[in-house]
Amino acid sequence: MAKKLPAKDAVIVGLGWTGSILAHELCDAGLSVSAIERGPWRDPTAEFTPPVAQDELRFRIRHDLFLRPSQTSLTFRNNRDETALPVRTWGAFMLGNGVGGGGLHWNAETWRFLPSDFVLRSHLTQRYGAKFLPEDMTIQDWGITYDDLEPHYDRFEYLCGTSGTAGNVKGQIHDGGNPFEGPRSRPYPTPAQKQPFSHTLFANAARELGYKPFPQPSGNLSQAYTNPLGVKLGPCTYCGFCEWFACANYSKASPQTTILPVLVRKPNFEARTDCEVIRINLDNLGKRATGVTFVDTSGEEWEQPADLVLLCAFQLFNVQLLLLSGIGQPYEPRTGRGQIGRNFTHQTVSSAIGFFDKAKYNFNPFISSGSIGMCIDEFNGDNFDHGPLGFVGGGYLGQVQTNGRPMETTPVPPGTPAWGSEWKRAVRDNYLSTVYSGAGVHASWYAYRNNYLDLDPTYKDRFRRPLMRMTMDFHENELKMNAYLTDRYAEILEHMGAKQVVKQPRKGPYDITSYQTSHLCGGAIMGTTPGNSALNVYLQSWDVPNLFVQGASAFPQNAGYNPTGTVAALAYWSAAAIRSQYLKNPGPLVHA
Amino acid sequence: MHSSRVIIASALIGVATLLPARAIDIQDFDLIQHGKYLADIGDCGACHTLLGSGAMLAGGRPIETPFGTLLGPNITPDPQTGIGAWTDNEFINSLTKGTGRNGTHLYPAMPYTYMTKITREDALAIRAYLNTIPAVHNPVQPNQLAFPFDVRAGLVAWDELNFRPGEFKPVAGKSPVWNRGAYVVEGLAHCGLCHTPKNAAGGDETSQRLKGYALQGWFAPDITNNKRRGIGSWSVDDIVTYLKTGHNRFSAASGPMAEAIMDSTSKFTDDDLKAIATYLKDQPVENAADEVGDLEASAMKSGSAIYADQCSACHAADGSGVDGLFPMLKGSPLVQSVDPASVLHVLLRGARSAATDPAPTAPAMPSFGRMLNDDEVAAVATYVRNAWGNRAPPVDAAAVGKTRHALEQRND
Repeated sequence: MAKKLPAKDAVIVGLGWTGSILAHELCDAGLSVSAIERGPWRDPTAEFTPPVAQDELRFRIRHDLFLRPSQTSLTFRNNRDETALPVRTWGAFMLGNGVGGGGLHWNAETWRFLPSDFVLRSHLTQRYGAKFLPEDMTIQDWGITYDDLEPHYDRFEYLCGTSGTAGNVKGQIHDGGNPFEGPRSRPYPTPAQKQPFSHTLFANAARELGYKPFPQPSGNLSQAYTNPLGVKLGPCTYCGFCEWFACANYSKASPQTTILPVLVRKPNFEARTDCEVIRINLDNLGKRATGVTFVDTSGEEWEQPADLVLLCAFQLFNVQLLLLSGIGQPYEPRTGRGQIGRNFTHQTVSSAIGFFDKAKYNFNPFISSGSIGMCIDEFNGDNFDHGPLGFVGGGYLGQVQTNGRPMETTPVPPGTPAWGSEWKRAVRDNYLSTVYSGAGVHASWYAYRNNYLDLDPTYKDRFRRPLMRMTMDFHENELKMNAYLTDRYAEILEHMGAKQVVKQPRKGPYDITSYQTSHLCGGAIMGTTPGNSALNVYLQSWDVPNLFVQGASAFPQNAGYNPTGTVAALAYWSAAAIRSQYLKNPGPLVHA
Repeated sequence: MHSSRVIIASALIGVATLLPARAIDIQDFDLIQHGKYLADIGDCGACHTLLGSGAMLAGGRPIETPFGTLLGPNITPDPQTGIGAWTDNEFINSLTKGTGRNGTHLYPAMPYTYMTKITREDALAIRAYLNTIPAVHNPVQPNQLAFPFDVRAGLVAWDELNFRPGEFKPVAGKSPVWNRGAYVVEGLAHCGLCHTPKNAAGGDETSQRLKGYALQGWFAPDITNNKRRGIGSWSVDDIVTYLKTGHNRFSAASGPMAEAIMDSTSKFTDDDLKAIATYLKDQPVENAADEVGDLEASAMKSGSAIYADQCSACHAADGSGVDGLFPMLKGSPLVQSVDPASVLHVLLRGARSAATDPAPTAPAMPSFGRMLNDDEVAAVATYVRNAWGNRAPPVDAAAVGKTRHALEQRND
C-alpha cells in the first residue's frame, strides 16, 4: 500500500530538459511542483570538475552517467518474426539518468527543424505526388508550423546562450549562416564558436563545390553569457569532452547551467531523486490522472497526488509509462490502429573518414567541442529535388568532429590490424591528420508502419513490469538516402585533399549495438485528431486531459537534425498553452 | 541640491528621525519591519540560528573563538529559554554593554563591542521585531569553554582593555553617507569582528582596523582601500554589487563571507550598501612595502605548469577569470593577502560561492586536496600570488601541510 504524500498542483516525471523547463514555467505561474527523478541528483559543480570530468574510461567507456541496464532495460528485434531479446549494454543510443537527463551528457548541437519538416506529408505530397512515398511510410504533419514554434525556439536559444551565425533573420538571408533555415526573429545570442583547422578546410572545400557552409549552432558557448534568468555560463575551452560527459566549465548549456540554479531557489519547487515512477494513477473512469506512484531506494511505494501530471521522461519511458498506466490505445501494427507506440523513429547517421598526408596536415583533433563543426544544409529535408533520386528525406553534412579522445578517436586506414605494434604505428601516423566525424552525415528517419514500440510479453523489470520492446529496422528509402548523402560528403573530403577517403554509409539491418545518436523519437505523437495521434498539438493527452507528455516521443517522425532544440521549443510551446489556456479552464485544449 | 541632501541625511541617520517623539508602539508595523531590517544587517542568525534546525534564532549554533567554543543563545520570545521575559533595558544592556540578565557578563563573541554603537531606538526596533518571531523552547548552555576561560570574572578586565562603550557619534566633516556607512560597519554589521586583527586577548587591534584576520580556517581579507591587499581597486559600485549579489567582476564570495552575503548583506538597501562602500573606501591604508622576499624560481615554474593544467580552464591563462563566474586571480586581494589561509582553503577543500536572487549560479571551486600534494599546492599558491603583477610572500610545503591537517580536523 503506497504512502500518500500531500497533493501538489503539478507532478513532473523526470528532471531533464523538459522537466526543468516545465517545472520553471509552472512554478513561475505559482503552482506547487514536485519533480520525481529516477536517477541521482547531479551537481556538476561538485562532481564534474576539471580535470575529473575529462575521464574517458569512466564516462565514455564505462557509461558512468547513464542508466544502468540492471535498473531497467528494453528488448529489441528487427521485425515481428523475431523474438526480442533484452539489451544488456547500451549501444545504438544512450539513456541518460539523473537530474539533467540527456541535457547533461549531450553534445549541445542546438538546431531548429525546417519549416517543411512540420508539414512533411502535405509538403512532399504536393511536390512529388502521393505515390512518390513508400506505401508503408506513415509520416504525417505535426499539426503546428515552424512559425508557431519560432518564439519558443528563440526562448530556448536565449536560455542556453546558443552560439551560431544566423542565416535568416526575419526573411533576410545573411552570409555565413544557414540560408535554408526558417526565419528567426533575431540572431543567435552569442557568435559562433571558433572552428579548428580541419573544420575550416571542410568549409572551404564545400564553398568551392558551390555549397554554403555555416557553423553548427552550439550550446557550448563561444563566450561568457548571462541568460534571462540571471544564470551565467562560461566560455568553452574546446577540451572535447562533451557528449557522454558533463561539462566541467559551466560552458555547455544544460538544465544545471541554465535553469536549476533558479529553480532550486523557488519555495514552490521540490525534487525527489532516486525515485522511480512506476505508473500514472487514473480515476475510476480512466479519464483523469490523479497523480503518480513511485518507489524509493528502500523499495517503499509512495503516491504523489497532483492536479496536473507532466510526463517528462526519455522518449522510451514516456511511452512505457503510458502503456503501463493504460492510457490510450496500444498501437497494433497489423491493423494500424492505436496510437501508443506508433511512428517510432531514430536517426540515419553515417560518415566517411578522410586520411590526409601527415607531412602536410596537422589537425590537432583534440581542440574541439561537442557542437563544433562546419555544415551544409543543401541535402537536408526537402532542400533538394528528390524527384530524380527516388527517395525522400535528408540531413546535414558536416565536419563535426567533436573530439580527439585517445580511446575513441583513433581512426586507422582499412587493412590495419586491430591491435599490436602495426596498429599503434597506424594510430601514431594518422591521429593528427585524419578527418573523422562520427556523424558527418546526420540524416532523417521517417516513420513506417512496422517500426513501433510495445510491451514485451516475456521480459520484466525489477517491479515485474513488462520491458519496452522495440521493433525496428531500416527501410530502403533511408538506406538509399543515406548512401546518396554519404557520397556527397565523401566528395567534399576528397576536394579537401584527402589522400584516402573511406565511405561508411549506413547499412541495414538496424544494429542495436553500434552507436548512432540518442535521438529516439515518436511513440506518443502529436497531431490534429485522436485518430492520428496520442497527443493534441499542445502535447496534451487526448485520453487524459490533465496529462501532458513532453519530449521527442511527440515527434511524428524524425528530421535530419539533432532534436533537442525542437524538444525544448515544444516544451515552451506546451507550457505557454498550459499557462495561458489550461490553468484558466482545465480541460481539453482541443476538442476532438 | 541642499534640500535633497537634508532629506537623505535624515533618512540615513536612523529610526530616531522617523519616529514621533512619543512612547514607542512595539506593535507598530513600521517599527517591526525596521527591526527586522536591522536584525538582517546585524546577521543575528549567523550565531543564534543553528544551521539546518529550522528554528530561527533559537540558539545552539557553535561559535568558534580562539579560546574554545560557545553556543549562540536562544533569542526567541520564549519566556523560559529565550528572552521573552526580559525587560527592554535588560535587552539593551545585553546587546550594547555585554551585561546579561542578572548581571552575568557576556563573552565578547557577542559583538557588544560593536552593538554599543547603535542607537537606543534601533535597539528597541530590533527588540520589537524579536518579540514577533515564533517562540521556541530550547535551553542552550552558551558557555562550553574550558577552565580558565569558563570563568566570566576575567571579562571585566577584558572590557577595560578592549571595550569602548557608547553610541555612534557622527564624525564632523564627513558626509551623511560616510557616517551612515560608519554606523553600519562599525556597529550593527560588525564587519571588524572577522576583518580586524585581534590582540592576544582576542580584542580588536584598533590601530589595524579592517586590515584582515584569520579565523575559521579562512583569512578574512583586508577591506581597507589598499590597492594590493585591500579593495582599493574596487569602485563603490563593485563593492555594492559584491555585497548585494556575492559576485562582481573581480571576485566571488565563498566560505563565511558567502553566508554573510546570503543571510545579511544581500538584504541591505542600495543606499546602505553605498554608504558601507563609501566608508570602506575611505579607510586608511597600511603603506607596507611590497617586498616579499625571494621567490624560488623552481616553485614558480612548477606552479605555472600546474596552473596551466588545472586552473587555467576557468581562471584563464592570464588569471583574468570570467566576470561573475570565475574569480579574477590577477590583482585579487584575497590571493595576495599576506596570510595565505583562504587561498589554501580554497585549493585544498574547494568552495561554493554565494547564491543570491540576482546571481543564482553559485559556481564552485573544486577541491584539489586529493590531486595535489603539499609541494604542488605550495607551488601553485606561490605562483598565483606572484604571477601577472601579483606580489605576496611565497607559500612553503610545510605551511600547506599544516593547513591541510587543520582543515581535516574541521567538521564544517
